[in-house]
Amino acid sequence: MAIPGLAIKSFRNRKFTTGLTVLSIALSVMLLLGIEKIRQGAETSFTSTISGTDLIVGARSSPVQLLLYSVFHIGNPTNNISKHSYEDISEHPQVEWAIPLSLGDTHKGYRVVGTTTQFYQHFRFARGQKLQLEQGEWPGQTYDAVVGAEVAAALGYKPGDKIVIAHGSGDESFITHKDRPFKLAGIMKRTGTPVDRAVYVSLKSIDTIHQAYAGDVHDHDPLMAHGEHAGGKEQGGLSAILLGLKSRGAAISMQRNINEHDHEPLTAIMPGVVLLEVWQMMSVVERILMIVSGFVVVVGLFSMLIILMTSLNERRREMAILRSVGARPAHVFILIMGEAVFLTLLAIGLGVAMVYGLMVLMQPWLESSFGLYVVISWPNTTELMLLMIIALCGFVVGLIPGIRIYRYSLADGMTIKI
Amino acid sequence: MSYQTTVIEIADLRFAWKKQARPVLNIASLQVNRGERVFLRGPSGSGKSTLLNLLAGVTTPQSGVLTVLGQDLTALGSAQRDHFRAHHIGFIFQMFNLIPYLSVVENVTLPCRFSDKRKHKVLAQADSLEDEAIRLLDHLDMAHADVLHKPVNELSVGQQQRVAAARALIGAPELVIADEPTSSLDADRRTAFIDLLFRECGNANATLIFVSHDNSLVAPFERTIEFEQLNNAALTEQPKLKAIK
Repeated sequence: MAIPGLAIKSFRNRKFTTGLTVLSIALSVMLLLGIEKIRQGAETSFTSTISGTDLIVGARSSPVQLLLYSVFHIGNPTNNISKHSYEDISEHPQVEWAIPLSLGDTHKGYRVVGTTTQFYQHFRFARGQKLQLEQGEWPGQTYDAVVGAEVAAALGYKPGDKIVIAHGSGDESFITHKDRPFKLAGIMKRTGTPVDRAVYVSLKSIDTIHQAYAGDVHDHDPLMAHGEHAGGKEQGGLSAILLGLKSRGAAISMQRNINEHDHEPLTAIMPGVVLLEVWQMMSVVERILMIVSGFVVVVGLFSMLIILMTSLNERRREMAILRSVGARPAHVFILIMGEAVFLTLLAIGLGVAMVYGLMVLMQPWLESSFGLYVVISWPNTTELMLLMIIALCGFVVGLIPGIRIYRYSLADGMTIKI
Repeated sequence: MSYQTTVIEIADLRFAWKKQARPVLNIASLQVNRGERVFLRGPSGSGKSTLLNLLAGVTTPQSGVLTVLGQDLTALGSAQRDHFRAHHIGFIFQMFNLIPYLSVVENVTLPCRFSDKRKHKVLAQADSLEDEAIRLLDHLDMAHADVLHKPVNELSVGQQQRVAAARALIGAPELVIADEPTSSLDADRRTAFIDLLFRECGNANATLIFVSHDNSLVAPFERTIEFEQLNNAALTEQPKLKAIK
């Protein structure tokens, strides 16, 4: 039929303005789809901040709190786990490995984590990736430390540097363990997880400096209440334990086991479950992002509507000519409507192409800098739904000038009034 | 349909834009014969455009007889009237005759996109629509390469009107209606354009209805119709617009 050919030629004739409209809609499609992709990537990255760990054990507290301080280094444990419980648990026949974590010290605002070599061997993140060294070597001596990539980058550290850790979690701590400096053994590769922002030392060194420190306090600072340290690191307590089990299936029974531990009140959580819970708490933000990008699409479609509407008056002449050679009002309607639909589909195609292009370009960078792994795959149902909705909106937008020109062409006939 | 002698037959025709409104057109009788070249003269606003819309089947009268090429237009639905127009009538407007995004040749062949009948008529004589368009343009002295490949809005007004004439004539429609086609041309070009139109209508054996308010163009036409005499619902009977003070 004559109309599609005419629509395409008419589009080509005004390729600059229509091209800009297509671009603006395409950009909004890209934004919407890109945000959706990043959201999915962020969710996967977030929920796989820690992987391979079947259970996290801490003193009795809320699961979210335990997750936040043990994995994200946010907040503090309300209480510690005794060495005795740690030994109990780690000797359980179902336990393959146990990583003790001792929190509470800082280095220039970064968390210091006391742990054992188990951590470097068994800790996994993202899709089961191991920790790797960027420079230096894994700690061999008691007073060796390893830092995350961000710490090293921010403080300009290199292997061999001496660092001093401070008691407490404030940025400026008055009580430092200057008498026991640590030697920086290695710098880990970027993981995109909180590991990047932490300093790892041996559990033994933490215990030792705290014992010495406790003595200091009693000598020089009688005002400091002894109770503050009761059950603290001075007694070799732990903040949390990461557990790997021999079989994943045992996680639930093991969790119950630990929760009903006789020796002291403990909480065990499955990190994946709680991570998802925390993510869902943040879903408001993600919904707001989607709404904002939805509005961007609306703005893009409005600009198309404006362009189509402003062109209508000058196109009434064109429509009268078409009518005179036998075009029906319906043809005229389809011509305008078809243009809107064509522009929308073109914009969607372009937008999708741009999203995938950007993803291919930025995937490595996103993963190394933000630990954000965006999966390049066919659009899923949500994304297809979004695209369908945009196409439908373009259709509806096209109806408005379409109906208008239909009315014009009925009223004008071939009388060109302009 | 091609052998009848009466091309337009109107009797007791009444047309009003709204049912209750005063009729804009009230024509007791009008007959135009095949091959006639009719000059339809009247001031603007006298209802000429309305008559053209009726002849073209864009609108229908409230009452009366309206037969074009033996076809009772009042008996046709709007889709059939649109087809009828596409098949049998060629139009030339006052100005802005061309679709800006089509080439000269595409503009000329445009009616064939909407009418298979005219397309087949063309293809019966010529190898392709483009050949016929170029043949017509050549008759109008418009087939130079530099003209053919120019964007249509870069053509002069006179050139545009000649392209429009070629479009009205392609596929040999029986009726050619020209609505003030020369008003944007200067005096020399007017006469030349009318000569051209006569020659081509003669070649195609088409009837020409030439609408204008310009008395100086009357001479070559074999028949002149004064629109104000034709239309009993003429402007003079209608209340005048109040003068703006």
